[in-house]
Amino acid sequence: MPEITRQSLTTSPEASTDALIEIDGVGKTFTGQDGEQIVALEGTDLKIGRGEFVSIVGPSGCGKSTLLNLVAGLLETTMGEVRIDGKTVDGPYTDLGFAFQSDLLLDWRSVLRNVLLQCDMRGLNSRKHEARARELLHSVGLDGFEDKRPFELSGGMRQRVALCRALLLDPPMLLMDEPFGALDALTREQMQSDLLAMWQESRKTVLFITHSISEAVFLSDRIVVMSGRPGKVREIIDVDIDRPRDLSVRDSAEFGAIVHRVRLLFQEMGVIH
Amino acid sequence: MSEQADGKRISFFSARSRGWHVDAFWMLLSMVIVLVMWEALVAIFGFPAHLLPRPLAVVYSLIEHWNTIVDNAWDTIAAVLAGYILAVAFAVPIAILIVISPQAERLLYPPLVATQSIPKIALAPLFIVWFGFGIETKISVAFLICFFPIVVDTIVGLRSIDPSLIQLARSMGAPPSRIFLKLRLPGALPSMFGGLKVASALAVVGALTGEYIASDSGLGYILLSASGEMNTALLFGVLIVLSILAMIFFYAIELLEKLLIPWHVSQRSHTQ
Repeated sequence: MPEITRQSLTTSPEASTDALIEIDGVGKTFTGQDGEQIVALEGTDLKIGRGEFVSIVGPSGCGKSTLLNLVAGLLETTMGEVRIDGKTVDGPYTDLGFAFQSDLLLDWRSVLRNVLLQCDMRGLNSRKHEARARELLHSVGLDGFEDKRPFELSGGMRQRVALCRALLLDPPMLLMDEPFGALDALTREQMQSDLLAMWQESRKTVLFITHSISEAVFLSDRIVVMSGRPGKVREIIDVDIDRPRDLSVRDSAEFGAIVHRVRLLFQEMGVIH
Repeated sequence: MSEQADGKRISFFSARSRGWHVDAFWMLLSMVIVLVMWEALVAIFGFPAHLLPRPLAVVYSLIEHWNTIVDNAWDTIAAVLAGYILAVAFAVPIAILIVISPQAERLLYPPLVATQSIPKIALAPLFIVWFGFGIETKISVAFLICFFPIVVDTIVGLRSIDPSLIQLARSMGAPPSRIFLKLRLPGALPSMFGGLKVASALAVVGALTGEYIASDSGLGYILLSASGEMNTALLFGVLIVLSILAMIFFYAIELLEKLLIPWHVSQRSHTQ
């Protein structure tokens, strides 16, 4: 089936690719406080296919978050353009779910109301989505926590709520900026396999930023390794590990080989010695 | 409703109802100790009544002058409340303006800081020239002295929103007005209440200052006349009334805070 779709797509002239996100020669320059020009990102090309899970790894300050914000239309590109679904992004692109390192839950709202923040921010009727919100909370094992306040939850539970919030309106695409970066190692592994299970079912397009090489290898179809100052795509590595994956994948030889390859790249860049 | 009430979530009602009697007991105990020590001090060292009256003499004086004290207390309360409410009514919108508009910040902030550096009490003689010996002078001093802490704490509160939260809201297509009302403003409340509580104490100071220098009514005025007549028992009596009034005011603001932001870390149960 996928073969047929791809063929029919390549034959039609306007849809020359099945990429959902196209990053085309994108650069971003910020003006510092003293008028100095800071190049955060330079000549970046990247195509992300529908339903693909792509991770971006790179040293701090290599423009990973900038790239994510450019894709979401929260920042304007200085050069090049971002296209989603073939349309140029100008202004916030809202048909997506966003997750950050900080869960950004609001203390003054219950867990359920935090998930429903999506509706309030978009001016939608939250009653219509309450059932879906409860269902999502149930799916991440948070039944009975709907009326709790965020401060009564552990870090992992809070990040789960944030994930439910991102998924509430079932967006075709998820942007994740180190979502598990603040969690302890065990919770982190659990969240990774939960995310993977969710992705396996829904096949959303995911753009995932992380500092953890093994996290990137475990989750992704492809890993974009970026070099820093100015940020650039250094190399794109395919992760040819069969899906669905479980935690045992981490002990396999192919997993180790890819981790090793990414680490070598970092060593070449002088990020780690 | 019943589900919420039965739930084990930390509610400020349960936290308060548990601590209420205990708090009252300790407060009463500390007051009794102070009174006993006071009485003992006067008895042992034989202080003359015009320096340190016995607690009982203070009580008698309070009873004797009760009507005068109550009449004048209303003047003071009116000045405190009017100054405070005016300060809130001006300070909060100005803080909001400064936060949402860089132009407004450049325009308003320097004169704000400049006026703040003038000791407010030093302005009182000017107010006498402008407003005379009425309540307006008291209100003006109370207003000025309350104004700055409210502005500053509101600005800090509005600014301390996590930038990622704004990013998140924008990615959901929220317009700036919605981000402000639903995220920035509620997030600023804890800090705002910090300023409101400091200002509640300062408002009393302001009104009293006004009464000291330019008034023929109010508790400050009674304090001055009692001092002139060496009526120390009355002085102590009015001081007690004043501190009780100031306490009621402070706790009223705190109660409002508990009602509005029960979710904040400062409002959670002490017993953990």
